[in-house]
Amino acid sequence: MLDDVTSYLKSDTTPGQAGNFLWAFIYILLIFLGLSVAVIAMNWLERKILAHMQVRLGPMRVGPHGLLQPIADAIKLLIKEDIMPSESDPFVFWTAPLIVVLTAFTVFIVVPFGPTHAVTDMNIGVLFMLGVSSLSVLGVVMAGWASNSHYPLMGALRSSAQMVSYEIAMGLAVISAVLMTSLNQSGTGTLSMIGIVQAQEAQATWFVFKFFPLGLIAFFVFAVAMVAETNRAPFDLPEAESELTAGFHTEYSGFRWSLFFLAEYSAMIAVSSIAVTLWLGGWLHPFPHWLSGETWDLVFSLFPGLTFVFLAGLTFYSVARMPKHPYFRVQTMGLAGFGAVLGLIGLALFAPPVRDRVQDIYWFAAKVAGFMYLYIWYRGTFPRYRFDQLMTVGWKILLPIGLGVLIVTAILGVVL
Amino acid sequence: MQPVATTFFFYFLAAVTVLSGVLVITRRNPVHSALALILALLGQAGLYLMLYAPFVAGVQIILYAGGIMVLFLFVIMLVSIEKSQKEEQFNNMWIVGLLAALALGALFIGVYVKGRDLFAGREVALPEQSNTQQIAILLYGNYMFAFEIASLLLLVAIIGAVVMAKKRI
Repeated sequence: MLDDVTSYLKSDTTPGQAGNFLWAFIYILLIFLGLSVAVIAMNWLERKILAHMQVRLGPMRVGPHGLLQPIADAIKLLIKEDIMPSESDPFVFWTAPLIVVLTAFTVFIVVPFGPTHAVTDMNIGVLFMLGVSSLSVLGVVMAGWASNSHYPLMGALRSSAQMVSYEIAMGLAVISAVLMTSLNQSGTGTLSMIGIVQAQEAQATWFVFKFFPLGLIAFFVFAVAMVAETNRAPFDLPEAESELTAGFHTEYSGFRWSLFFLAEYSAMIAVSSIAVTLWLGGWLHPFPHWLSGETWDLVFSLFPGLTFVFLAGLTFYSVARMPKHPYFRVQTMGLAGFGAVLGLIGLALFAPPVRDRVQDIYWFAAKVAGFMYLYIWYRGTFPRYRFDQLMTVGWKILLPIGLGVLIVTAILGVVL
Repeated sequence: MQPVATTFFFYFLAAVTVLSGVLVITRRNPVHSALALILALLGQAGLYLMLYAPFVAGVQIILYAGGIMVLFLFVIMLVSIEKSQKEEQFNNMWIVGLLAALALGALFIGVYVKGRDLFAGREVALPEQSNTQQIAILLYGNYMFAFEIASLLLLVAIIGAVVMAKKRI
């Protein structure tokens, strides 16, 4: 039993390929846990960052700086009355949010957090991710229809038309990145997520900078399409309560609505990790070829610990700035405790065996976190598109650009 | 890695496919039928995966379950459900259908019984790691012409649909 656990740590394959059930299960649990924490953190960060962009304070009441606000929100959602519209289709009404959540979580099986840190490495990795996330359209359509009301039905038609049309632009951008994997190799490319990152390592460049500016354009097409695909601002028609009576989830409330919410955020993380894997070098640290060698490896492996220690420092700075009134004593102590936990995690990450294993995950997560910040930034800056404008952008701008990039990439790949 | 619990997964996926296939034709509500069909297609994708054809499985999920069935659902949801529920579900052709199904079943059983003689000594190599690459080499190498003709056919179909749907272009 113990042999099973330790022997895997020395191997250099993913648990799925090694056929190690125990570690596959551990990875699945860790991903599920990490994803839930990330969704909670995103919920808080989004409200806080949006508030600061609009010169407000944001949530400040529940816990120090509103840190416990997501938990309060979750409790509110769970104990809220769960209304099912009369004459609705109960079975379809129930399964719709489940399908959306299942698809949003299933894609994480193939996400490569590091050369060995993935549940499994599939021969069809990218295809699997795109395919399974395209199934979430079904959930949207079902939710709109099962509500037995006109507004959700129209909203579902709108959202699914949007998701289906942006999937095409997304697919074209992905193909041009997959084409790039076949260069400087035996001639055949790969669809496996780990293989794509290894191809970038072998070609000594991230695919954003490959055939400059071709890779950058493909990345841009994907970056726009992925925002539309996840129904986020500026393409967030389901959120438009005032002008369109929201979208497919108008009739949903309480727990079932929170499932849609959970699925939205984990889908955002999923598409961001596709973008990171295909164009931004996955788990590779910045400039993997210029800054290689033992010293640089050591420097880059210290980053995870330094980040946590830095966050702990910021927290202690906030502790010092808390009002001295006795009313705030519990909050100050809580914040100091949070800072201490962050600092301890940071110190643990400095230990050599931990830091070697964790740094791949750290760089991957840092890149994904950059995308998450962009999502919030878009929401704070761009006005919402009208539906016809949205279709124009998808079909008349992104699709031709994607096709053009694909053709030019193919030609360059043959010529060079 | 070596496959595990193959028999269990085969019977599980086969049961899912067959049962949801039965549901497709017995449900009165067309939306429920379409959802059952999606489940059947997903089960089929799982069976492809068991046959060491991951690429076909992925394409099955993207095209059928994710693409075509969404269009199906689109159309069905805009049709009045009350009207369709009053219509008769089976017509008088069921005897012919039953005979055809029985003939097909007999054929399957025949192949199962005599299969060893028909396909003697054919142990399929399992190129699990390079399945997609093999398909690509075949499609864009050996069968390039047929592939391009098929895509031209699809293009004609798309243009035809647009011409028929739009009076002024």
